[in-house]
Amino acid sequence: MALITRRTALQLGASAAALGAMGGFAYAQSDIKTADATPPKLDIEKGASLRVLRPARFVPPDEEIFRANCARFAKETGVEVRVDLVGWEDITQQTAVTANTGAGPDVIIGFNEAPHIYTDKLLELSDVAEYIGKKYGGWLPLAQKYGKKHGTNNWIGLPFGASGGPLVWRKSAINAAGYDAPPDDHDKYLDLSRKLHAAGKPSGFALGNAVGDGNGFANWLIWSHGGFLVDEDNKVAINQKTTVEALKYLQELYKTFIPGTVAWNDISNNRAYAANEIWLTANGVSMYFALKRDPKLAEIAEDTQHSLLPKGRLDQSPMAGLTLNAMCFKHSKFPNAAKSLLQFLLEKEQYDPWLQANLGYWSQPLENYSASKVWESDPKVALFKNVMRSNFWIGYKGPISQASAAANADYIMVQMCAAVASGQSTPEAAAAEAERRARRFFRS
Amino acid sequence: MTDASLSTWVHRRAEPSWLGRLFDSKPFLVVICLFPAVGLLMTFLTYPLALGIYLAFTDTTIGRAGVWVGFENFTYLLQDPIFWNAVFFSVFYTGIATIGKFGLGLWLALLLNNHLPFKSFLRAIILLPWIVPTVLTAIAFWWIYDPQFSIISHLLIKTGLRETNVDFINTAWPARWSLIAANIWRGIPFVAISLLAGLQTISPSLYEAAMLDGATAWQRFRYITFPMLLPILAIVMTFSIIFTFTDFQLVYAITRGGPVNSTHLLATLAFQRGIPGGQLGEGSAIAVSMIPFLVFATLFSYFALARRKWQQGETND
Repeated sequence: MALITRRTALQLGASAAALGAMGGFAYAQSDIKTADATPPKLDIEKGASLRVLRPARFVPPDEEIFRANCARFAKETGVEVRVDLVGWEDITQQTAVTANTGAGPDVIIGFNEAPHIYTDKLLELSDVAEYIGKKYGGWLPLAQKYGKKHGTNNWIGLPFGASGGPLVWRKSAINAAGYDAPPDDHDKYLDLSRKLHAAGKPSGFALGNAVGDGNGFANWLIWSHGGFLVDEDNKVAINQKTTVEALKYLQELYKTFIPGTVAWNDISNNRAYAANEIWLTANGVSMYFALKRDPKLAEIAEDTQHSLLPKGRLDQSPMAGLTLNAMCFKHSKFPNAAKSLLQFLLEKEQYDPWLQANLGYWSQPLENYSASKVWESDPKVALFKNVMRSNFWIGYKGPISQASAAANADYIMVQMCAAVASGQSTPEAAAAEAERRARRFFRS
Repeated sequence: MTDASLSTWVHRRAEPSWLGRLFDSKPFLVVICLFPAVGLLMTFLTYPLALGIYLAFTDTTIGRAGVWVGFENFTYLLQDPIFWNAVFFSVFYTGIATIGKFGLGLWLALLLNNHLPFKSFLRAIILLPWIVPTVLTAIAFWWIYDPQFSIISHLLIKTGLRETNVDFINTAWPARWSLIAANIWRGIPFVAISLLAGLQTISPSLYEAAMLDGATAWQRFRYITFPMLLPILAIVMTFSIIFTFTDFQLVYAITRGGPVNSTHLLATLAFQRGIPGGQLGEGSAIAVSMIPFLVFATLFSYFALARRKWQQGETND
């Protein structure tokens, strides 16, 4: 780990200590394998300088390592790099403004669909992507989906990582209900849920207007029954038999939830879980770390396990991670410098320390980084290393687009589920209403 | 001061320069004095309003500039049940909350108008709900209405009055009433203090005369207080209706329009469709559709409550 100077290492140690006990948190030398690959010829422009915009950090070391990596790039190439961090809610709008005005940052690390919306404003990144992919064992499925323009092999985004929301559960409660872990089968899962409810230790999943948790649960419910919002040709396909079956299943499942989940937002399940109100939910890794850091809640953290969402009728657990997606704008005066920076950041000397600094909040997009020591730091976090090994994305099975992003942000799937769960609609009516709303977004 | 400068000064005074003459010209002064105000209004009011109205007739999204689509957004909204639900709730919310605010606010104002101990202190306290930033009120109510951690549920369970948590915002009607209650709580002080100011302008001699004539308390209220209060009531009600109809923060922070869109106001629905949903054209169309309601509400409260002879400049009845 040549890049971490004594001073940054001290700072990192200090900030880690400030956050409280973080388990086996240490910057270790990972054994990342590489294959021979020739980097693309990128002649960095004379006097180049770059502006980079990225979302705010999860944990302080994330920002420190990221800045240190950029500073190192500056030192090696002489390209001045300015890094700005903006709030999560703002990055989508700032990306839109940058793309539409043709001014501002050269590089934005945005979320999910952004490169697919602004394709004609972006530099193609295939040369960098192919080199990095070849060197590090290939891009994982979710990274390929988010990186490549739909139906082509042309890379328009470089995914930097993804964050998923699998099941989080209390071992004691699940075991007391007679299960080792939440089962993959729908009927058995419903049985577990009923037993938890009977034991006064219910489960709870957000059905309110919660962008992350609400969509995560609703997508799982529909996908695991074989349904989807749009088909491969971007035709709305939500109003079908599988959706209705999924919603009927939800009617039964909802009875076993803690009351009030229709009013839940993204934070509600974290609070209820920490207060021993719910014993099974779905969430990102952040909740586990929050519990672990708080001495009063360490007991809950000790009893907590993660596992993938039930597969249901599929052979893979359907979960779409929130993906960090980097893009370079055509308006940049220094396109080669911009591409070089992204390539530099994805090389193991830079990427692995950054991955470790994130403790597992972000999961790698490249096969060989699975060997990173970050996944050995805490066995309960190890599950998250496969977040990008997923064939499901927001807007599955259609192309990633403005429409799929908008349908997600407008809670079409969540509200379809909530309407049935709360008894406001029949499953058939809710599916038809979702179809009506989706058609509006997916009109050409 | 030297002789030279003195003579220059005298000279100028005798024959003003073109600049001096310019500043003496009334039309020029009118233009220059109005310019900042007009400029600010044009930049921050007229332009955004005009842009909003223009966007309502396009299919602009956050990702791309749109094309003119005429009334397409509006025809879609006319058959969108979520939009009609927002129209219904906006009117219902405004209506019920206004009645609540004025009923309780007037009552509070009448109480405060009496001679009470610590009168000024009490009046200051009353203003508190209105002084607190709306979003903080919203967060406080969000906790009060939380399905799991509501203080009200907690107290009711502790005292044995209930066994389960109260459903405040998990189903449509309880959520609607909960939001209206929060809005009333927040709006009372504004009404109470404004009406109190109105009450204090009523001359005590009118009450004295009424009492000599043997009027009861109700008659004094009905035939003196209420008519004398009407002009200020009309103004306060107009403001209150506009604030309530365009409310955003309370609803967005407490329910985000949920459960299943049942508490969307036009303002929150416009934001939801326009910004997170990215459909700027449709969001603008929803926002524009608020204008007729607001114009109607303003005209109604103005004409229904304010048509008094003495209000239109004739002081003598």
